Amino acid sequence: MHFWQLTDVEIQALWLSLWVSGWAVAISLPIGILVAWVLARLRFPGKNLLDGLVHLPLVLPPVVTGYLLLVLLGRNGLIGAALHKYSGVVLAFNWKGAVLAAAVMSFPLLVRAVRLSLESVDQGLEAAARTLGAGPLRVFFTVTLPLMVPGIITGLILAFARSLGEFGATITFVSNIRGQTQTLPLALYTLTQVPDGEIGAMRLCVLSVLIAMAALVCSEMLARRFAARMKG
Amino acid sequence: MEINVTHRQGDFCVDAAFGGSESGVTALFGPSGAGKTSLINMVAGLMRPDAGRISVNGLCLFDSSRRIDLPPEKRRIGYVFQDGRLLPHLSVRANLTYGMRRTPADHRFVAFDDVVELLGIGHLLNRRPAKLSGGEKQRVAIGRALLTSPALLLMDEPLASLDGSRKAEVLPFIMRLSREYAIPILYVSHIMDEILNLADRLVIMDRGHVAAFGDLDDLLSKAELQMHLGKEDYGSVISTVVDEPLDASGLTRLRFDEHLLKVPPMPAGRGAPIRVRISARNVAVALQAPSVTSFQNIFPGKVDQIIDQGESYVDLRLNIGCFLWARITRQSFLDLNLKTGQPVFALIKSVAVSSGAVNDVVNERKTQRI
Repeated sequence: MHFWQLTDVEIQALWLSLWVSGWAVAISLPIGILVAWVLARLRFPGKNLLDGLVHLPLVLPPVVTGYLLLVLLGRNGLIGAALHKYSGVVLAFNWKGAVLAAAVMSFPLLVRAVRLSLESVDQGLEAAARTLGAGPLRVFFTVTLPLMVPGIITGLILAFARSLGEFGATITFVSNIRGQTQTLPLALYTLTQVPDGEIGAMRLCVLSVLIAMAALVCSEMLARRFAARMKG
Repeated sequence: MEINVTHRQGDFCVDAAFGGSESGVTALFGPSGAGKTSLINMVAGLMRPDAGRISVNGLCLFDSSRRIDLPPEKRRIGYVFQDGRLLPHLSVRANLTYGMRRTPADHRFVAFDDVVELLGIGHLLNRRPAKLSGGEKQRVAIGRALLTSPALLLMDEPLASLDGSRKAEVLPFIMRLSREYAIPILYVSHIMDEILNLADRLVIMDRGHVAAFGDLDDLLSKAELQMHLGKEDYGSVISTVVDEPLDASGLTRLRFDEHLLKVPPMPAGRGAPIRVRISARNVAVALQAPSVTSFQNIFPGKVDQIIDQGESYVDLRLNIGCFLWARITRQSFLDLNLKTGQPVFALIKSVAVSSGAVNDVVNERKTQRI
């Protein structure tokens, strides 16, 4: 077999990885922006607790996070059981669970980047927009959000990369099921565990590097386009 | 317009009340930290007063006793900020129309093309704010606020961030605003020159309180207010009309009371009202009418009041039909042995002509020795 010929397992892992990471980022972005806004702009009791909770996956061992997800959201878990009962959604041991694991693990990175950019938005501009007749929500979507774009791009790329590389929480929460939860890192790990898997592992390794590079280039291009737009 | 608010922040307390007519320019004057910006932020709705009442053009914007507090976007108040605050991600055109598009069509009385022409920003429409000079930015900011067809226009030191020549570029546009559109303007500044050019009425603020408010000309001649105007701005403001635009000696002749005042030629029609400001330092005093002199403007009068604050100079209020301030050195004061009520001659060295009433606004603000 030719060196560059991907096996079915590898192709499955590649697409599953992109699929899972894409969903993870898509779901966590709006929530991340909301949480970043709440953390940056509001003052309320328990704010530190929320801040800590958001950042927990960053400091906990990923396996611990995965185990917590399993306990809470597994089919017999506290939330998982209710979820299954009322909406029929099962997260454990399928790709949706992998999305959740990736989203949770990458969430703090996203929130940090978005929050940083939100804090750099001049609130004087928002005040100016208010005096021009725009209500708070419109100000957010026409002034605040457009000015946060650089931070959102950074947050997206960090979260996407983190999701692609997610291993510990995923394997603990949804296991390593081919075609269901076996993302690129999991497939690579599996290949290193079997005889004659080195070539496949190497291919997946090269693939990972390529995807990461492409994502970086993409974000760089977007950031440049934004900067050019601002300079007019 | 009725403004009556109190607001406490830490040790600083704004407690200000003044009323005014619904047209013309009202200047809010005072040193930095007098609470001018806080006050207009409360009018705009960007800051919430602890108590009080704000109403503009018959519309109540804030009333603590009736629990009325309109959000800024509902107040129909245009705000020109000191730092412009153009939206950097939008083109000049989009900045200009941002507020206009949010004004209901039946409320609009300011047309886009008119404003663009008035402010001379037609060639900038497709640029981004980052590519504009300071003066251009402020002109766009003024246009943006104007295009919301506001019931009141707030201007917070719109010239403060500009250097001298840029100031001269923007000032004429502001002067034309109050004449072209019947929008009352509340203009914040700590520069008396700007205020003399623009304002009809004056609110003097000091440490959060209104020290005085009223007609500009009346206020500026009051002795007790001179301390608020700062050492540099010490002087008299006299309202005149053009008697002869160009007399035989090549000067413009202005008339006030029974006097004629000669100033450098200026483009103004006969009968046009001109406001002149005569700095106290530019008024000399003589006991006899000098027979041979380079002074063009000599007025007989008498010493009305002597203000001696123990410094190297002495301030005199002369009555020449109206009041005229003179600042002379202590030595001259002693040499002349001046007393209250003593007849003297006032010699005016130079006149700063500054007024919103001159037709060719660009040529204003000339101070020349004559």
